[in-house]
Amino acid sequence: MGAAVFFGCTFVAFGPALSLFILTIAGDPLRVIILVAGSFFWLVSVLLSSLIWFISVQVSNKSDPRLQYGLLIFGAAISVLLQETFRYAYYRLLKKADEGLATISEDGRSPISIQQMAYVSGFSFGIISGVFSVINILADAVGPGIVGVHGDSQYYFLTSAFLTMAIVFLHTFWGIVFFAACEKKQLVHIVGVVICHLVTSGLTFLNPRYEASLIPIYLLTLLMGVWAFVAAGGNYRNIRKCLVSAQ
Amino acid sequence: FAVSRSFFTAGFETLITTWHCVFATGFCHGNSVERKIYIRLNSTTPCVRLLNATHQIGCQSSRSGDTGVIHVVEKDDDLPWVLETGPSPPYMILLEADLFTRETMFKLKGSSRVSGIAVVFSKSSRPSSFSPDTTCPNDGYGLYTDDNGSQYTHCNKTTWNPLGNDENETEVIKQCYRDHNVPQNGSAPQYPLCAMQLFSHMHAVTSTVTCMRRNSIQTSFSINPEAVCDSLAGHNVWSAVKPINNSGSLDPEDSVIMVASRMDSRSFFWNLAPGAESTVSGMVTALAAAEALHKLPDAQELPTNIIFAFFEGEVFDYIGSSRMVYDMEKGRFPINLTNIKAFIELNQVALRNDSLLWLHTDPVSRTNETVQNLIEHLRNASTSPNVTVQEVNQSQPLPPASFQRFLRARNIPGVVLTDHSGSYSNKYFHSMYDTADSIHMDYPEGLSDDQVLEYVTEAAKSLADVASVLATALYRLAGGENTTAITADPKTVSKMLYGFLVKSNNSWFQSIIRSDWSKILGKDRRGIKASTKTANNHTLLLLSVLANLTGTMVNFTKEECQDPSKVTDAKKELYDYYWVQGPLNDNLTERTPQCVRTATRSRLAESPAFELGEWGSTEYSTWTESRWKEIRARIFLVPSHKLEMITLFVGIVVFVSSIVSTYFINAKAHILFSGAQGGDADVAY
Repeated sequence: MGAAVFFGCTFVAFGPALSLFILTIAGDPLRVIILVAGSFFWLVSVLLSSLIWFISVQVSNKSDPRLQYGLLIFGAAISVLLQETFRYAYYRLLKKADEGLATISEDGRSPISIQQMAYVSGFSFGIISGVFSVINILADAVGPGIVGVHGDSQYYFLTSAFLTMAIVFLHTFWGIVFFAACEKKQLVHIVGVVICHLVTSGLTFLNPRYEASLIPIYLLTLLMGVWAFVAAGGNYRNIRKCLVSAQ
Repeated sequence: FAVSRSFFTAGFETLITTWHCVFATGFCHGNSVERKIYIRLNSTTPCVRLLNATHQIGCQSSRSGDTGVIHVVEKDDDLPWVLETGPSPPYMILLEADLFTRETMFKLKGSSRVSGIAVVFSKSSRPSSFSPDTTCPNDGYGLYTDDNGSQYTHCNKTTWNPLGNDENETEVIKQCYRDHNVPQNGSAPQYPLCAMQLFSHMHAVTSTVTCMRRNSIQTSFSINPEAVCDSLAGHNVWSAVKPINNSGSLDPEDSVIMVASRMDSRSFFWNLAPGAESTVSGMVTALAAAEALHKLPDAQELPTNIIFAFFEGEVFDYIGSSRMVYDMEKGRFPINLTNIKAFIELNQVALRNDSLLWLHTDPVSRTNETVQNLIEHLRNASTSPNVTVQEVNQSQPLPPASFQRFLRARNIPGVVLTDHSGSYSNKYFHSMYDTADSIHMDYPEGLSDDQVLEYVTEAAKSLADVASVLATALYRLAGGENTTAITADPKTVSKMLYGFLVKSNNSWFQSIIRSDWSKILGKDRRGIKASTKTANNHTLLLLSVLANLTGTMVNFTKEECQDPSKVTDAKKELYDYYWVQGPLNDNLTERTPQCVRTATRSRLAESPAFELGEWGSTEYSTWTESRWKEIRARIFLVPSHKLEMITLFVGIVVFVSSIVSTYFINAKAHILFSGAQGGDADVAY
């Protein structure tokens, strides 16, 4: 019986990510390399932030639940800032790699554009953070029970899956906007991405009031999607052109 | 009887801690998702599978546990919902203990709508009588077989056991049931429903013969052998008033009197065997008599030695006594069967009616004159009006007793002392209700821990009276010349009863326990377990108590006490040395450990059938216990089938639509993202 819930939640959380991976990334080895390296960068950032949080818990008064809750929020904020720092570090690394790729390629042009790198690196951050946050929940979904024996909502698995889907999209969009802002040296846009990430992270503290966290997060995702579309060179005219050519 | 589904009994205590963790702090570290889903039940006791030469008894779950929606069954009227009308089978039944009867179980056994049963055992409301043992305990392994006294086999003369057949955690389960599962106005309750899952997968099947054969195949062919069952085994305890050379053997001319009682008990559930009347009453009486005799100034000068023996595994077809007899016959025991001049066994003695203590003898060997002599001594030993020793009808056979195994080997004069002339006075024979309450250990309200320990209950007085009679008779039988009666100390009896039945982690036991055994305090339950190198916990406790009551303090250091071969006059072959924790100092923080010298010994009690490799033996006990990987129980909510299908459907829709839209966006990417730096852009080209 638990298998239905498990597969349903897995498809919700990773269905879009899986289709993006298969159709846009898996065919190109260079993108796969960038994807794996990006995931590694994200993992290192989380390792560092969890270390900071762990140390702060150890040195603080563990019996004070309010303080501990505050530390958890502090840890989440630190984590967001570290993730964005590592995103910048990864951008610098990819820039360097891009120059190297250009020099060894036959026609002197890099085989991958910076926009494509932005998309793949953002996607890599998204996929690894999604896996990280939902995998233990999915593991428990296999069992016969659902959340709720202590009075929690029984839709916990489904909402977690939808939240993960949003996180995957958000990271992809943030990556695109962030890289584009770095290219154009638009500090305001970078700050915008960081703030959006902080707000998203903060909204998850509203759980288990899922309507209060999921709805704003999906609105943010939509907003970031439009922003990323524009940052990647899309506009209304292109959509029209696209629709016309489809007919 | 054999039932092939899971049975658990839900007890009381501990669950509240997990509960707090989830609620009080709001978030718990570790696997908090699991805690949101499952409430693990920690104070459940499983019923495990036991096997003998031909059958298996006990319970079983599937490998991955059995799950069912909880339904509380408090009266017979609740059963049809489970068996017929309830809309969401399979059901996990939470059965009140008074319904836990043969009839109910057989009704439930055949139904595929029942996935398991948990029995609620509450101290406050217990049935008027309950005994899961057979009506003829240990039939076929005692004295009476088809060749010997066949008229007495299968208890066709006297049916000995005619009844054969805090509560926080229970409250948590019932609360979950009340919140989610109670049918409203006869209509089905709404999902999610509260369910329970029981894990107790047993590896062994069919019988001891089968499982031991599989064991031996495993050990001979597998690199990494995994046994499926183990023989039930433990250690017998014995102690002589005059120390006997443990490695030598007694002169054939020497004679001894043997006082026997048993020390293990059982119930339907694993390791939940208080055995107050069925075991502890006789054991404590023997201990009190041993203490009284050791205190006598002329105890070491008695012409005849007295042996106190405590047998393990007697409930499972006389494992302990048959092993001791076997060892005696093989000459592996310091005492030979021919040395035993008289045998007195203490059976259930706590529930005496009108001060009567009944003497049972075997009608086949009753003709022996020394038996009459033994009876006379016991009769004359009773001087107080509290104990009247009376013989039962001489044609009645012996009740189930260790003595039967000795008689089976040799015609030894002996008696069995009990509180019943016919059927047992014990209404809870070998059941979980055979607790301190069933032998009327009543304490007044408001006593502190130490006061309770010292308080002399009526039960203790009564057992001390029996012990006094026994000690006096033993002293005279052994040739003691002093004519005054011996009295056993009711205070010691009281303390022992409290320790063995109510709370083993008390100040007295703490001070007398061997220091390397101290961690067993509070964990002793009277059940015999599958064979282990070390003795069962209740055996260690008994050894410590016996050493304290019959031993003497010696002035040894810790090193000398733990390795007495360094000391010249230690007489290691006669004595054992225990380094005990000792009483608390005045400041109540430290203890003064002491060294106790004692003639108490323990010896392996495993059925000879396993040494002989006769797994289908009809001569010796063949009980084995199945192995298992994990035994646990948990409760949680299960979703409706509809919610599960909706989740799956939503997942598939999301996946398919994302594939389609990705495909189209990817195909048009060169048009969509042509605005900026010219050419290709984010979603590839």
